[in-house]
Amino acid sequence: MRWAIVRFPGANCDEDARFALEKAGIRAEFVWHTERDLRGFDGVFLPGGFSYGDYLRAGALAAKSPVMEAVRRFAEEGRYVVGVCNGFQILTEAGLLPGALLANLNLHFTCKEVGVRVERNDLPFTRLYPRGQVLRLPIAHGEGRYYADPETLARLEGEGLVVFRYAPLKDEADYNPNGSLHDIAGIVSEKGNVLGMMPHPERAVDEVLGNTDGLPFFLGLVREVAR
Amino acid sequence: MEALAKEIGIPEGEYREIVQRLGREPNRVELLLFKVMWSEHCAYKNSRPLLKALPKEGEAVLQGPGENAGVVRVGEGWAVAFKIESHNHPSAVEPFQGAATGVGGILRDIMSMGARPIALLDSLRFGPPEEARSRYLLKGVVSGIAFYGNAIGVPTVGGDLYFHEGYRENPLVNAMCLGLLREEHLKRSRASLGRPIYYAGAKTGRDGIGGAAFASRELKEEKAEDRPAVQVGDPFLGKLLMEATLEAIELDLVEGVQDMGAAGLTSSLSELAHKSGLGVELHLDLVPTREEGMTPEELLLSESQERMVLVPKEGKEKALEEVFGRWGLDCVPVARTIPERVFRVLFRGEVVAEVPTEALAEAPTYVRVGREDPEVRRLRETPIPPLEADPQEVLRRLLASPNLASREAVYERYDHQVGTRTALLPGKGDAAVLWIKGTRLGVAAKVDQNPRYSRLHPRLGAMHALAEACRNVSVVGAKPLAYTDGLNLGSPETPEGYHELAETIAGLKEASEALGVPVVSGNVSLYNESGGKRIPPTAMVGVVGVLEVDKRAEMGFRRPGEVLLLIGEERGELGASEVLYLLTGKEFGHPPRLDLGREKAVQEAIRDLIQRGLTRTAHDVAEGGLLLALAEMTFPYGVGATVEVREEGLEALFGEAPSRVLFTVEKTRLQEATLLLEERGLPYRVLGETGGKSLTVLTPGGVLEWSLEELLSAWKAPLREVLDG
Repeated sequence: MRWAIVRFPGANCDEDARFALEKAGIRAEFVWHTERDLRGFDGVFLPGGFSYGDYLRAGALAAKSPVMEAVRRFAEEGRYVVGVCNGFQILTEAGLLPGALLANLNLHFTCKEVGVRVERNDLPFTRLYPRGQVLRLPIAHGEGRYYADPETLARLEGEGLVVFRYAPLKDEADYNPNGSLHDIAGIVSEKGNVLGMMPHPERAVDEVLGNTDGLPFFLGLVREVAR
Repeated sequence: MEALAKEIGIPEGEYREIVQRLGREPNRVELLLFKVMWSEHCAYKNSRPLLKALPKEGEAVLQGPGENAGVVRVGEGWAVAFKIESHNHPSAVEPFQGAATGVGGILRDIMSMGARPIALLDSLRFGPPEEARSRYLLKGVVSGIAFYGNAIGVPTVGGDLYFHEGYRENPLVNAMCLGLLREEHLKRSRASLGRPIYYAGAKTGRDGIGGAAFASRELKEEKAEDRPAVQVGDPFLGKLLMEATLEAIELDLVEGVQDMGAAGLTSSLSELAHKSGLGVELHLDLVPTREEGMTPEELLLSESQERMVLVPKEGKEKALEEVFGRWGLDCVPVARTIPERVFRVLFRGEVVAEVPTEALAEAPTYVRVGREDPEVRRLRETPIPPLEADPQEVLRRLLASPNLASREAVYERYDHQVGTRTALLPGKGDAAVLWIKGTRLGVAAKVDQNPRYSRLHPRLGAMHALAEACRNVSVVGAKPLAYTDGLNLGSPETPEGYHELAETIAGLKEASEALGVPVVSGNVSLYNESGGKRIPPTAMVGVVGVLEVDKRAEMGFRRPGEVLLLIGEERGELGASEVLYLLTGKEFGHPPRLDLGREKAVQEAIRDLIQRGLTRTAHDVAEGGLLLALAEMTFPYGVGATVEVREEGLEALFGEAPSRVLFTVEKTRLQEATLLLEERGLPYRVLGETGGKSLTVLTPGGVLEWSLEELLSAWKAPLREVLDG
């Protein structure tokens, strides 16, 4: 099992992604943003950060980089693509996932742990979670408010493409940290192979970090191949 | 030339010294070189003779003061580089960019040592939060730190924040950074003879010209005119520069590294040459620029951000250029080391300046006569009047007071987890803990200083700062290894200002010797005054320690039914305390006494308790006293406690004193814990037990009880309103 982690200039969660993938026993390799060939990889991970300084709009410039053509082909072949945080923003900017990620309602970068409910567990990313489980995952973004037009939202809901939704950890009323529509924290493509999410599962994979709720996400990717 | 010297603020005596050292009159460019290199910011003219007295040696020390950062050994071949630096003056004029470039600057200092930056801490001081200007500055500074730190991907894991009238006109913004390196990758600012010196990173523009000199004078009214002296930060470029620099070091391509900070090319190249015992010839025409028609003065003094100086190893020039080229950055030779010990500058084929490197680097120093401000003495000796207050009410109000309220609204703006090393998140422990992956080692860091203590007693205040930072590091389970100090004070040119500087350093020396923790790096920012009002002497002390990462203590009660103990005396003091300020609106009295021998023993005891697995929950008793510390321990996990306080009065409930630590232990192991404390001859008391949803305190005057919810909301609201409002 071999995954590529795309290194855009300005990405800063690339090492964290490698840490998490390797922790799950997956071979992870960095791929430069100018790479045009992703053959030989079982999956592609678009890490968080500030690709190209997030100039213009978060993810907008990265979406036009040479590697994204290869990622598009990779996705069309039905292989797995995961975008976390800035990676999710890049996927929406590239049109690989619908909708957009707007500035948080509080207009501030926000870093904290939030509750994230697993809405479906028939995907490799979530197969090791019970459906409905509320995970404790870190967020760290300034532009994470998921937005889509009403038709798109209806389609996402109708086809069950919402994979992760913000949810209360205890009974807090303000559990949605950024004002995302329908509390959406992560969505998947119709074919179920392209996943984008704002929370960071790769930051929650070790006891030392005080949180292991993200580890099954990566272990799930491994089981996919063994199947 | 003498007239020009006078105009740009070079004292007559220093001008004569320049002429004597050169053996001739300087030309205009040379005069400007002296102006910036002999600024207090670069030359430590007033502080250097005093700083000599500080202990700098220690078992763990790999690099002491004098380089871009200090370095300590932490084990298994790993070392940590760290330093604190001020960016006060720029932040007063333009808080967002001032703070952002402060972060960028300290990151480059750490990179220069060959270390990957793994954590940032920020020590901030503002005027009262009710005032519009303080709010404006606080919001700008927090946004600037977030802007730079979040984007470059170095987590901001801790710091401290105080509001005090003394910082109304002169806010303080100090940034501390920790970097991780393999011992063998340690780099210094050095070059061998005949080597080309490369300029790498951003192109040079006209921004920040004269910033070092700007940082060395008092803030005057016409602040807007100072804007050109403030630099502009670009974290994206900073990130590329960081990755390229670290890659070059990893590939063993460079023999020396130096960041380009205050006083730009002038300082970085002349110091590199001076430290190497050589001279340097700089060709200004080779410097990459982003503006047309820049003069030699502008090129030499520009403080454009995101620039580094690198000296490639012989034969590695091309490889170095390739690494930077891959990251899309300029990396060009602009200078060469030469045997004559001079800083020679060429522009369009002509020598525009030639000055002995030693003359530039060794500025004259000053030893002055200090005198205590009689007003400070009067305040310190003012007796504490009898205070009447309902403790039930006081705790709520203390929790909501600016200096004790939750900092969550601040640290939520910072990415504190990127890098996946943060083992103790902000708000969870008394110090931040960073995990060194691939090992079971952790590094703890904390920065501390109390302006009330320091204002009323500069020497004792500095001792408290170092003692408390060491205590906080110990309370999470780490052994303090060394410290960095950010000395922020008023003008040393007044007897009162000089007295405060001398006393502050004397206090650090005393505490450093007693606790066995040496200084390895630091920064001095003087002239923090306006309208004749000095800031409180502010020695921000950042301590770094090492621990086994699996044996770390948090501050929050986690389980009901654990026994709660206090090491140290129950009773604190009211002088200079937060509760005194809350009840009287004034700051006076003698700050708490500090017995450094006791302090050391308490720190060793709590480390030992954690090490032996007797406790996983510990917290120091600091500002606001015992009840405030207890309330803080209930917040992280929402577990309450019931305790008994035997002494009477506000001194017992809210009085402040050092050398006190609260911790919990399972009932079955209580005896082991108390035995350990008895063997060490330390006073302790069993206070009570954890559990429930309230904080209940039995006192000689009756029972006090608060629901955790009411305390939590009182504590969390105030800074939220300031920052989110």
